[in-house]
Amino acid sequence: MLNIALPKGRLGEKVYAMFEEAGFPCPSIRENNRKLIFENEECGVRYFWVKPSDVAIYVERGAADVGVAGKDILLEYEPDVYELLDLGIGKCRMAVAAKKDFRDDAGQTLRVATKFSRIAENYYLSRGRDIDIIHLNGSIEIAPILGLSDVIVDIVETGTTLKENDLVVYDTVVPISARLIANKASYKFKSDAIDRLVAEIGKSTEEKQ
Amino acid sequence: MIPLSEQTGESMLFSLRSLYGGYGYSRYKMNKFEEYDLYAHNKDFLISDSVITFTDGSGKLLALKPDVTLSIVKNSVDSANTTQKLYYNENVYRVTKGSRNFKEIMQVGLECIGKIDDYCIYEVLKLALESLNQIRKPNVLSVSHLGLLSEVMDRAGIPENKKAEVFRCIGEKNLHELTAVCTAAGADNGIIEVLRRLVKINGETDTVLTEIRSMLEGIVSPAVLDVFSRVMSSLSHEPNLRIDFSVVGDIKYYNGFVFKGFAEGIPTGILSGGQYDTLMKKMGKKSGAIGFAVYLDTVEQFIRKSEEFDVDTVLIYDETSSPEQIGKQLREIAAGGKRVLAATSVPQQIKYGKLVRMSGGKAE
Repeated sequence: MLNIALPKGRLGEKVYAMFEEAGFPCPSIRENNRKLIFENEECGVRYFWVKPSDVAIYVERGAADVGVAGKDILLEYEPDVYELLDLGIGKCRMAVAAKKDFRDDAGQTLRVATKFSRIAENYYLSRGRDIDIIHLNGSIEIAPILGLSDVIVDIVETGTTLKENDLVVYDTVVPISARLIANKASYKFKSDAIDRLVAEIGKSTEEKQ
Repeated sequence: MIPLSEQTGESMLFSLRSLYGGYGYSRYKMNKFEEYDLYAHNKDFLISDSVITFTDGSGKLLALKPDVTLSIVKNSVDSANTTQKLYYNENVYRVTKGSRNFKEIMQVGLECIGKIDDYCIYEVLKLALESLNQIRKPNVLSVSHLGLLSEVMDRAGIPENKKAEVFRCIGEKNLHELTAVCTAAGADNGIIEVLRRLVKINGETDTVLTEIRSMLEGIVSPAVLDVFSRVMSSLSHEPNLRIDFSVVGDIKYYNGFVFKGFAEGIPTGILSGGQYDTLMKKMGKKSGAIGFAVYLDTVEQFIRKSEEFDVDTVLIYDETSSPEQIGKQLREIAAGGKRVLAATSVPQQIKYGKLVRMSGGKAE
């Protein structure tokens, strides 16, 4: 039985559709109820919905053999897992944004508001820039407006939220998309099933691209 | 022999010690403390870089050891002609991933230091396989070779400062980023394909070895490829051995064989080791070294047998029974190996299987 952690929400539904198309269906998942675990014994799969940011934890700790997580989560938490496929969905980018009139004064410590402290730290470390991380859990966009920070490092999908808050993108830190990950130990004992899943999903991903 | 599923950390420790002793490894007992400088200079070698430090009476900065290998290397005899074989079981103090708190971790392992020939490598890999078999079945020992990977990268023209990133991709079996990173580094397409194939390798040792030889001949130095082939061929009959290049280590310390052991039902590696000649050189030693550590705390965490009850029977007595009668009754119930708690009332927050009351010296 292959345990698969899917991210709850729109991305998870898209991901499940890919798995179903690849030959790993579990019709009960489409029933309208509040269940979180669904099993198709015949196909040897058990799906469960978890919070998107928790998928990597479920996989790293072996509660799930495989799962789908955003590259942002993988870069932020650095779980010790295999990253087997870029699914090419849930595409967006991690970007540095600031007010339109922002000027980066290299003589000053840059105040960076973000939910993704590690990504921001690594990005500025590679540029040798002295920064002060302000870790926030949401509404990051208002930090520069209220003078809490000079810039933000956050996920940008369409850019609408930034625009509505008079912010502009200054740089792309890294492109983001959904990745198929696997527990390293599970892979040793279920490599046939996982390889089959990767091959089938890889085929359908390639066809779409 | 105790069945594998019922082994405790202590019985596993006993089995492993006797296994290593049987191969002529002698016990290395170390002090709980070590000078902090040793760890400060080799921070990347440690699994977690947080170390508990304190100042002793003479003002020297000491640390509660977070690692055993560094101390063994520091105190080893530097000889290129002889081989020292040591095993240890020590508690180390580390911060575990995702936590800020230190944990005391029981670690067992062995080190082979000095002249490292094919037999030494074979023996250490064999002992790693045996250790896994003593701990839990089914298991897998995944073996890789950093020297081979590094030479393929050199051949591909990947600059030194990009190697760590390429190793990360290999360690994640992350083919999409491996291709992107290598291409961005200006690597040769043909060699990128070789790296991709190496990462994907999976199968019986013999078959895979032939594939690896034909893939790498002319790309890496024959000496390195020959050692890898010879050692792996000599172990090819081992059913739990896998060649898996996704096992990587820090090239600042490790050079040749690196390996990791896994057991079904345990989500992380339970054994980890490799050849660390580069660390030896860094610490001013001329000889080679290979060894591994077994993480018994991880094993115990996942295979401990959880009891359904705190005690099997609670024997409730009152003042009408004499101590002798109560003792006799308890021994009778416990005769079949049951755990019996004698008390005047059922203690709170205790889970028990059966309740027996006795009065006037007799069980009701």
